[in-house]
Amino acid sequence: MTNSIREIPLTEAFLVIGSNTTDNHPVIGSMIKNEVINKGKKLVVVDPRRIDLAKYADVFLQILPGTNIAILNGLMHVILKENLQDKDYIANRCEGFDDVAKTLEKYTPEYVAGICGLKNPDDIVKAARILAKATPMAAYYCMGITQFKSGVNGVKSVANLQMMLGNIGVAGGGVNPLRGQSNVQGACDMGALNAVYPAYQPIASEDNKKKFMEAWKVAFDLSMKPGLTIVESLNGAIAGDVKALYVLGENPVMSDPNQHHVIEALEKLDFLVVQDIVLTETAQYAHVVLPGCAFLEKEGTVSNTERRVQLMHKVVDPIGDVRDDWWIITQIANRMGASWSYAKAEEIFEEVRKVTPSYAGITYARLEKELIQWPCPTEEHPGTQFLHKDRFSRGLGLFTAIDYTPPAEEVDPEYPLVLTTGRILEHFHTGTMSRNSRILAEIVNEAYVEMNPIEASNYNVKDGELVSVSTRRGSIRLKVKVSSLPKQNVVFIPFHFYEACANKLTIDALDPTCKIPEFKVCACKVEKISA
Amino acid sequence: MGENSITLTIDGREVTGGKGQTILEIALANGISIPYLCYHPKVSKTGACRLCIVRVNGTMLKTSCTEPAGDGMTIVTDDEEIAAIRRGLLELLLAEGDHNCLYCDANGACELQALCFMYGVEPSGADFPKHRRDVDYVTSAGLKRNENRCVLCGRCVKACAEVQLMNVWNFTGRGSHAHLTSDMNDAIGESSCVQCGTCVQMCPTGALTFQEVLGRGQAWELEKESSICIYCGVGCKIDFYKNKEGKLVKALGNDDGPNRGHLCVKGRFGFDFVQGDKRITKPLIRKNGKLEESSWEEALGLVASKLSDIKAKSGPDSIMAFSSAKCTNEENYLMQKFMRAVIGTNNVDHCARL
Repeated sequence: MTNSIREIPLTEAFLVIGSNTTDNHPVIGSMIKNEVINKGKKLVVVDPRRIDLAKYADVFLQILPGTNIAILNGLMHVILKENLQDKDYIANRCEGFDDVAKTLEKYTPEYVAGICGLKNPDDIVKAARILAKATPMAAYYCMGITQFKSGVNGVKSVANLQMMLGNIGVAGGGVNPLRGQSNVQGACDMGALNAVYPAYQPIASEDNKKKFMEAWKVAFDLSMKPGLTIVESLNGAIAGDVKALYVLGENPVMSDPNQHHVIEALEKLDFLVVQDIVLTETAQYAHVVLPGCAFLEKEGTVSNTERRVQLMHKVVDPIGDVRDDWWIITQIANRMGASWSYAKAEEIFEEVRKVTPSYAGITYARLEKELIQWPCPTEEHPGTQFLHKDRFSRGLGLFTAIDYTPPAEEVDPEYPLVLTTGRILEHFHTGTMSRNSRILAEIVNEAYVEMNPIEASNYNVKDGELVSVSTRRGSIRLKVKVSSLPKQNVVFIPFHFYEACANKLTIDALDPTCKIPEFKVCACKVEKISA
Repeated sequence: MGENSITLTIDGREVTGGKGQTILEIALANGISIPYLCYHPKVSKTGACRLCIVRVNGTMLKTSCTEPAGDGMTIVTDDEEIAAIRRGLLELLLAEGDHNCLYCDANGACELQALCFMYGVEPSGADFPKHRRDVDYVTSAGLKRNENRCVLCGRCVKACAEVQLMNVWNFTGRGSHAHLTSDMNDAIGESSCVQCGTCVQMCPTGALTFQEVLGRGQAWELEKESSICIYCGVGCKIDFYKNKEGKLVKALGNDDGPNRGHLCVKGRFGFDFVQGDKRITKPLIRKNGKLEESSWEEALGLVASKLSDIKAKSGPDSIMAFSSAKCTNEENYLMQKFMRAVIGTNNVDHCARL
C-alpha cells in the first residue's frame, strides 16, 4: 500500500476493484464498511461477483473477469471528457500524460460496457464522477487486478487513474494493493525474488554485486543473471534444466496453476526438499521433508500490507522435534561450506538492517514500542506513513498508455463459461492451516462451484447437486452452490480444497513482465453428474 | 494550553482534557477509575447501565460516559449516595439473571463479577420476576450465547454495528422481557454472523463466550503473549492465551496493531493447527519409495550433499528455491542469501507473483 490502514477514516471515496475485501482482508473490509455505512463516504465496487461490499456501493460495476483495463480506461475516459482531472498535479508531478489521453479516446462508456459485459454504460459515467469529485479517493485492489496475463498493466492502470486525480502522495488516498499473505510484503522486501537483493536492489548491478559480496564475505562472483520465477522453474524442471528444488513453506501442487503440469515437474526433479509444518500435497513428492516451527513457535519480524514491520513473539514451545526455519537453512548452508553463526532471529535482523536501506533504522527494541513503516533509513527516522509525498520515488509519476487485451483463453462453444478462482472468508490458500483448524473446518469443509441462479437453471442443476467442471487442462467434481454472487456466464471456485483442486483447471498463461499466472480467468464447461 | 483544552477537578485533582470529551474519557485518560459496564472505548456511547454516575458541581448525578466535560467542572466519582445507587443497580442485575460464577466461562475475567466484589454485592434473595432467556451453545461453530448472563449493556450490538458492520445483534422485547436477538430471532448459527468474535471480546460478562478451540483454563491461569496473525496481509496483532499445560486457549485482538483489537474468523479461531495432530514432528527421508522418520543429522547431511552434488554436476542454476510468504523476514533473508551466496544462483522466488 502507498498509504496506511489508519488513513481509512480520511478517505472520502473508495474504489474497490478486484478485491473481495470483507472475505479476504476482513478487518480492512469492516473499516471501509464503517466509513460507507456509518459516515456516508462514497464507494464504487468493480468485481465479477456481487460481493458483500457491492451491497453498500454507490455504483457496482459487475464486469467480466479479465476486463479491468477496459473499465479503468472507461472511467478515465469520462474523467477527461468531463474535465475532472487534477490538471496541476498532472502538469507538475507527472509525465507521459498525453499518450494516455490519446489512448483513452476510444474507451467510451458504450465501447467499454460492451467489453465488460455491462448493461448500462451510464453507470460508468456515474462511477467516474463519484471517484473524481471526492478527494481524497483511495483505490484498493487485490488479486482481481494482478492475477492476469495483463496483471502489470492492470496495476499501472490503477496508478494512471490515481495520478490523473492527484490522489497519490496524499493522506487518505493512494494505490493500495492488499497483500494476501502475512509476510508476502516482507518476503519481497528481503529479496526472495529472482532479480533483486533485499530492498529491491537489482542483482544486475556491479555496485550491488560488490556490496553484497563484501557484506556476505563471498569469495566467488555473485551471479548477475536473473533467476527463474516459480512457474518458469517448473517449466525448467520439465525441460530437465532444473534438477533440485528446495520448497520452504509453500504448496505449489495446490497453489500453482495447472496442477497436472506442476506434478509432472516435481516428479521429474532429481531432488525435492520440502520444509513445512504439515505433510502438504507437495511434501508427498519430496525426497526429504524438514519439519519447521509454526508461527506461534517462533520469533521474528513480518511486514504487513502497509509496510508496517511487526514483531512476532514466541507464544508456545515447539512441538516434537521441529526447528526454526532459520536454524535449518543455516545448518544446510554450513554443511555446504558457509560459516554462519546466528544464535537467534534478532541477530539475522541486525544483518538485514545493514544491507537493506529501507529497514536500516528499525530495531527489535523500537518495534516493541513503536509503529514503524518502511522506509525507515535511520534509528531517528519515524518511518513512512505514506509514499510519494511531494515527489514520486522516481521523480515524476509516470503515466503509461495501456490498451485492453483479452484474456489468454476466451469462451467458445466447447468451453462456454468463464471460470474464476479465489479465496473464501473461512479458509486460506491451500488449507494447510485453516483446514487443520477445527472451528474453521466445521464452518466450511467442502469444495463448491458458485453458479448464478440463471446459469444453474440453464444447466438444470440445483443447489448441492454434483457437477464436473472441466477446462482444457483437467476436470474436477464438486457440489454446486447456487448463488447470486457470480455474474451470469461466470462460475467461481475457491482453491482451498485438495479434494476438488481448482488449480487442476486454471491456466498457466503468464504476464510477460512479472510472470504472474492468469488464475482469475479461463474457459470451462460444467456438466451435471446424474446420480 | 490550547483553546480546545479544558480543565476540571475530579476527586480533588485538577486534570485537563479536550473539548467534546466526556467526563469518563478524561477521568480514564488521567488514571482515575470510574465503574462502568456499557461503556467501551471502541463504540459509541450508550448510557444504559448507569454505573458510571458521578456528582457534577456538588449537586447533580450524571452518567459520566455520556456527559460532556466542561471547563471548571468539579466532579466527585464516589460518595455514599453514589455507592448506594451502584450497589442497588448491581443487585438488580444479579437478581435479573443467572450469575453463578462457578460454572461460567468468564469467571475471573468478568466485569460484573469484579464490580459486585468491589461493592460487596451478593444476590438479594428477593423474588424478582425471571424470564427464561435463550441459551445456545450449539448452533454456532465459534460462539456461545447464554442470555441469562446478559446485562443488556449493548456492547455486542454496537460491536457488530460499528466494528464488524454486520448488524447481527439487537434488542427485542420491553422491560423485563427485553433480551438480545440475532437477526430476526434466528439462532446465531443460522444468522448472518461471520464469527469474528468481536462481540465476545467486548462482552463484560459470560453472556457471549467462545467455543473451546483447543485447551481450557480459568482466566487467572492463562498466560498471554502477542504475535501477528498468520493469514492475510493486514497483519492483525493478536494476544494468544495458553493454559498451564502450554495448550493454546484463545485469541484476542490487540489494540496496538493495525487491527485495533478487531479480528476476523480466521485470526480468532484458526490457530489450533499449531498444536494439531497433522504436524510433522521429525525429519522424513524417502527410503524405498516411502517417507520415513530420520534424525536431523541424517536429513541435513543428505540435503547438503545432494545439493552439493547437483551444483557440481549441473551448475548452480540447476537448483531452485521457493521461499515463503508465511515465514519471517529473517527466514526469507536467509533463504535468498543461501541461494545467492552458498548455491550461487538467483533462482529464488516466492508466491508474491502467484
